[in-house]
Amino acid sequence: MIRPVVLWTDALLYLLVVVVLVIFFYARRQPHLRAPWRQVLSRRLASASAVILLAYVLIGLLDSLHYRLPLKDNGEGGEVHYAVEVLSVLDYLLGPIRTRTEKTYSAPMATHLYTKEAVQHADGVQTRVYPRLEYGGRQLRDPERDFRPDVLRRAATALLETALVSSLLLAWMVRRQANRSQRPLRVILRESLPGRRAPPWMVIWITVSVLLLLFFLAVNFAAAYHVFGTDKVGQDVFYQSLKSIRTGLVIGTLTTLVMLPFAILMGIMAGYARGWIDDVIQYLYTTLNSIPHVLLIAAAILMLQVYIANHPEQFETTVERADIRLLFLCIILGITSWTGLCRLLRGEALKLRESEYIQAAVSYGASHARIIAQHILPNVMHVVLITVVLDFSGLVLAEAVLSYVGVGVDPTMNSWGNMINSARLEMAREPVVWWSLLSAFLLMFALVLAANLFSDAVRDAFDPRLHER
Amino acid sequence: MFAYLVRRLAYAVPILIGVNLLTFYLFFVVNSPDDMARLHLGVKRVTPEAIEKWKTERGYDKPLLYNADADAAGRLTDTIFFEKSLRLFAFDFGRSDDDRDIGRDIRQRMWPSLAIAIPVLLVGLLIEITFALLMAFFRGTYVDVSGVVLCVILMSVSAMFYIIGGQFLLGKLLRLMPISGYDTGLNAIKFLVLPVIIGVASGIGTGSRLYRSFFLEEAGKDFVRTARAKGLKEAHVLFRHVLRNALVPIVTGVVAVLPLLFMGSLLLESFFAIPGLGSYTIDAINRQDFAIVRAMVFLGSVLYIIGLILVDLAYTVVDPRVRLS
Repeated sequence: MIRPVVLWTDALLYLLVVVVLVIFFYARRQPHLRAPWRQVLSRRLASASAVILLAYVLIGLLDSLHYRLPLKDNGEGGEVHYAVEVLSVLDYLLGPIRTRTEKTYSAPMATHLYTKEAVQHADGVQTRVYPRLEYGGRQLRDPERDFRPDVLRRAATALLETALVSSLLLAWMVRRQANRSQRPLRVILRESLPGRRAPPWMVIWITVSVLLLLFFLAVNFAAAYHVFGTDKVGQDVFYQSLKSIRTGLVIGTLTTLVMLPFAILMGIMAGYARGWIDDVIQYLYTTLNSIPHVLLIAAAILMLQVYIANHPEQFETTVERADIRLLFLCIILGITSWTGLCRLLRGEALKLRESEYIQAAVSYGASHARIIAQHILPNVMHVVLITVVLDFSGLVLAEAVLSYVGVGVDPTMNSWGNMINSARLEMAREPVVWWSLLSAFLLMFALVLAANLFSDAVRDAFDPRLHER
Repeated sequence: MFAYLVRRLAYAVPILIGVNLLTFYLFFVVNSPDDMARLHLGVKRVTPEAIEKWKTERGYDKPLLYNADADAAGRLTDTIFFEKSLRLFAFDFGRSDDDRDIGRDIRQRMWPSLAIAIPVLLVGLLIEITFALLMAFFRGTYVDVSGVVLCVILMSVSAMFYIIGGQFLLGKLLRLMPISGYDTGLNAIKFLVLPVIIGVASGIGTGSRLYRSFFLEEAGKDFVRTARAKGLKEAHVLFRHVLRNALVPIVTGVVAVLPLLFMGSLLLESFFAIPGLGSYTIDAINRQDFAIVRAMVFLGSVLYIIGLILVDLAYTVVDPRVRLS
């Protein structure tokens, strides 16, 4: 039997998913909450971004179900020992990509190594050649001749598969739309033509199709090649950048959520209670803000390193150690970033407590707790939502910088920051090794861009100040 | 005005005390000097004598807060808290863990930091304002929309990519300028061009979009409509009415970061091997030199507070409606 491993960040991530689902089903039944979300999704860029974000989240969640395999040679007395390696469902799905390591660097889609090696021939003559890869393009008998047809065949397969699945999807969507709106299919199809007032589901379908195409291309090519090449120790770069998605998502989401209750409570208390409570809270966040954030994070992470170095017995596997560091990084990043939200909420609460409906609630004799929970909290939630969504992309970017400074995630953990960090030396090599950087760049850029576009739409839909204009 | 300044400065003191206590807590209470010594010495060479020697050499062998063995005033002054934390208030940064004078290092290294930070700020500001004005002028048209999309795209690229890409493209492929390094005097200029270009490029997206929103905010106001109704040309409206009013948030935003320019840029300086305070900080973090990190934390918060005070002063200068009381 496999043994499931629940890391701290796994648990928090799934807790977050549950919370989001609960909010989703609650908001679906509230017309005033549905309206802004509909506005968000009616924007083409935003709905396309939402699809991309969902794809990332799916990969991240698959990568957050961890387990350990039992070792083959078990100890005496039926006792089962487990491998030290912690795997995730994503590792299982990616299958052989994880284990197919080459000797060293190889270019994307290459069939030969990137460096020459001395080969001893049968007649005793030594020559320096680029040796064949152990796994990349192994099925080709003669790479020079067979490479091109093989690539074409795989690309064609991917295209066919995409066409099949996405047309099925289209048929299903059109049927659904037709059933719902009770209009003839012909009208619906005509309305979705470009240039018309296209409903966003058309954009969603196109985005899903593009993602499907990428998915099938990846499936077809990764089966026989290293799509993004291999790194210095011969590990597949594509695999690394997929595994980095989880790290980015954890940093982007857990960071704000870890400190959210705290920021909301402090912000509303400062604005609502005023007086010395306000002074104390303001003092707290000014002090925290005045410390340069990178240095505060560095100081805290250095302290954590000392702690881990002195208490090695508390961490069973390297993954667990890396996970604690990731969680700690989220907490410390959260401590440095809650101050902005707290200040915004304080201002909002200051404004709200003077409003007429709260004055009315006070005159009816409502308690403070009731006023805060019933009247203030729901009216500041849009500020919270906007901040959380806007912060996400900045945090994903911050991870890369912090990893470079040496106070980011654990060096053993897959993350875009660590990939870029090692790419720095690879770019100085001669001949240059560019694929690690490109791979990290593409995946990170797509996530951050989608998050930026989505958060813009969310802000426009939820910020009441923007509606007045 | 003067009374206001005095009050603000008095308000800064408790904040600095807070920062000081926090760093003291992080560096000496959460982890004892023994832990630090062990980390520095490495696992192999740890013996009680080696730890004691390491601590004595750096003055970490004293009690934390209260020294019962000393006499009179020494009970409070001959402690780690006084020696390592309170001295910072007199800008006495002490010596680093590998025995260098931190204060002298800082005075020496702030000049290269400024040599990068100031051009990046000024050139960046100029380009961002121009770009933002252009978008505001063509607001609602394709120029504006594609400009905003471009900004979002530029914002979505990590600063690391700008640096690595810029070094590779301009330095390695085109060989226009040295990839990294630094020199004294005017020779430094050729080493500064590339970091400044990259520093400016990585900020354009965020800056332009922010300034565009400032401009549009002003452009929607009544006095702008009045100006147009009077029949003023659009360019005149934009420069005389919109720009001048939008400069208030821009100037105060810039003033807030002015003091922090001394701290330098962590990424640019370390990638381009420029001996400024940013690379100093990174080196200290990598070498786990806690004395330097402590000094930089304190310096950073002092500069931040100076920035806050300058913002208030700047408001009265650029916006005559604001009076300090």
